[in-house]
Amino acid sequence: MEKEELRKELKVSAIENGTVIDHIPSRSVFQVIKILNLSEYQNQLLIATNLDSNKMGKKGIIKVSNKFFKSDDINKIALVAPSATLIIIKNFQVTEKRNVEIPDYVEKIVKCFNPNCITNNEDILSKFTVIDKKELKLRCHYCEKITAKDNISFRE
Amino acid sequence: MKNKSLVSINDFTRDEHVRILELANIFEKHPTQRILEDFVVATLFFEPSTRTRLSFESAATRLGAQVIGFSDASSSSVQKGESLRDTILTVSNYCDIIVMRHPKEGSARFASEVAKVPVINAGDGANQHPTQTLLDMYSIRKTQGTLDKLNIAFVGDLKYGRTVHSLVMALCNFNTTFHLISPLELKLPSAVKIHIKEKNLTYHQYTDLQEVIPKVDILYMTRIQKERFSDPLDYEKVKSAYVLRNSMLDVSKPNLKILHPLPRVNEITTDVDDNPKAYYFTQALNGVFIRQALLAAILGVVD
Repeated sequence: MEKEELRKELKVSAIENGTVIDHIPSRSVFQVIKILNLSEYQNQLLIATNLDSNKMGKKGIIKVSNKFFKSDDINKIALVAPSATLIIIKNFQVTEKRNVEIPDYVEKIVKCFNPNCITNNEDILSKFTVIDKKELKLRCHYCEKITAKDNISFRE
Repeated sequence: MKNKSLVSINDFTRDEHVRILELANIFEKHPTQRILEDFVVATLFFEPSTRTRLSFESAATRLGAQVIGFSDASSSSVQKGESLRDTILTVSNYCDIIVMRHPKEGSARFASEVAKVPVINAGDGANQHPTQTLLDMYSIRKTQGTLDKLNIAFVGDLKYGRTVHSLVMALCNFNTTFHLISPLELKLPSAVKIHIKEKNLTYHQYTDLQEVIPKVDILYMTRIQKERFSDPLDYEKVKSAYVLRNSMLDVSKPNLKILHPLPRVNEITTDVDDNPKAYYFTQALNGVFIRQALLAAILGVVD
C-alpha cells in the first residue's frame, strides 16, 4: 500500500496547500476544469487523468494549489462527477476529506435543454432548481422545463 | 396582489385566485367603470394573438386606462435587433403595467425580473398562459356554482396542451377528481401528475371518451394536432376517437358544461353548439372580466 501511495505521488506531485479533487471519472476531468474555471487559474495546477484506480478502474485527479473552494462552487462539479472526493491540504497534511454534494440550485454553468427557452435565445444566465438529486433532474427557473441527467450539457 | 407579476399560475395563491374570480364577477355585472384613468397599460405582443390582445385591450379600455404597445414583433425595435431586456427596460418607463406575449418560453419570467413595473404573462411559448387558466376557473365556478370537489374531464392532447397543465395545477387546490382521456401517446406528463399526487387527489386515465361522459361535471376538450405524431397512421387512428358529437351527450349529467380553450377545429361537431351544455363561446367572453380583475388588482385600485 505504501509503495502504491508513493508511486501515485510520483505521478502527481503533492501540493503544500490547496484542494485535491480525487476520484473524478476520467471522461469528466475537462468538464470539471471548465466548471471550476481553472483554465484561467494563475497558481500551480496539476491535472492527471486515466490513472489506475481500485475503486473506479480509471480516474482523474486535479490538485489546485492555494485554493479553497466555497461549498456552493465546488458542489457544482457533482453534476458531472458525483463520485469526486475533496481533500483539503494544509502544510502537506490532509486536514479534511469529504464527498461532493449535488446543490439545490445551479446557476450559469448548465444549458437548458429546451431550445425554445429564452436563456438559449438571449444573453441571459441560466438558473435551475434541482428537483431530484438522485435521478438528477433540474427545473429551469425561466421555461419551467425539466432538464434530466441524460440531457445535461454545459454552457460555453 | 398590488404590484405582483403574474407569470405562472402558481405565482398567485389559492386565496388570490379566488379573489380574482370574485372581482371578475363584479366586473361582469358592471363592466364599464373608469377606475384606471390614471394608468397606462402596455400590451407587448412579440407574436400575434388577436383574441388575447383584444380581450386585454378591451378590459383596459372599459376601465378607462390608456393602452400603448405593438401587436407583432415586426413593428417593434426587436426588428432592429434589440434585446428583450432593453425593450422591457425602455417600455417600463412608459407604463404602469406590462401585458406580454412572446414566442420563447421563460421570456415572461425574465421580463418580470427586469421590468420596474408588474408583468402579466399573456403566453410564453408552450409554457404558461395564466389568464386563460383563470378564465377557465371562472367559467367552471360560474356554471357549477362552486370549484370544490368537482369531477372534471380533460380530453385530447394532455401531453402538450399548456392550458391543460396550468388548469390541472390550479384545480389541485380545490379537491378536484380528475378524469384524463387521451391517446396513449398524449397522456398527461408525470411532472403534472406529481401535483395531483402531492395533494392526495384522485385521477383516472382512459382512452375511451364515451364511458366518462356520464360521470363528470365539466368536459374540457382540446385539439389533437397532427404534428404531434411521428407516424401519420397513428394520428388517423386516434383523431376520430376524441371527437364530441351531440348524441354522445344524452347520458350526461344535467349540470354538465363543455369547455374548450378555442380555436376548435373538428373535435367538437357543430351540432353541439346549440346544446345548452356547450359553454365554449361564453367562456371566451369571460376572459374580459378576468383581465379587468387582474389589471385592477395588480394596479392596486381594488384590494
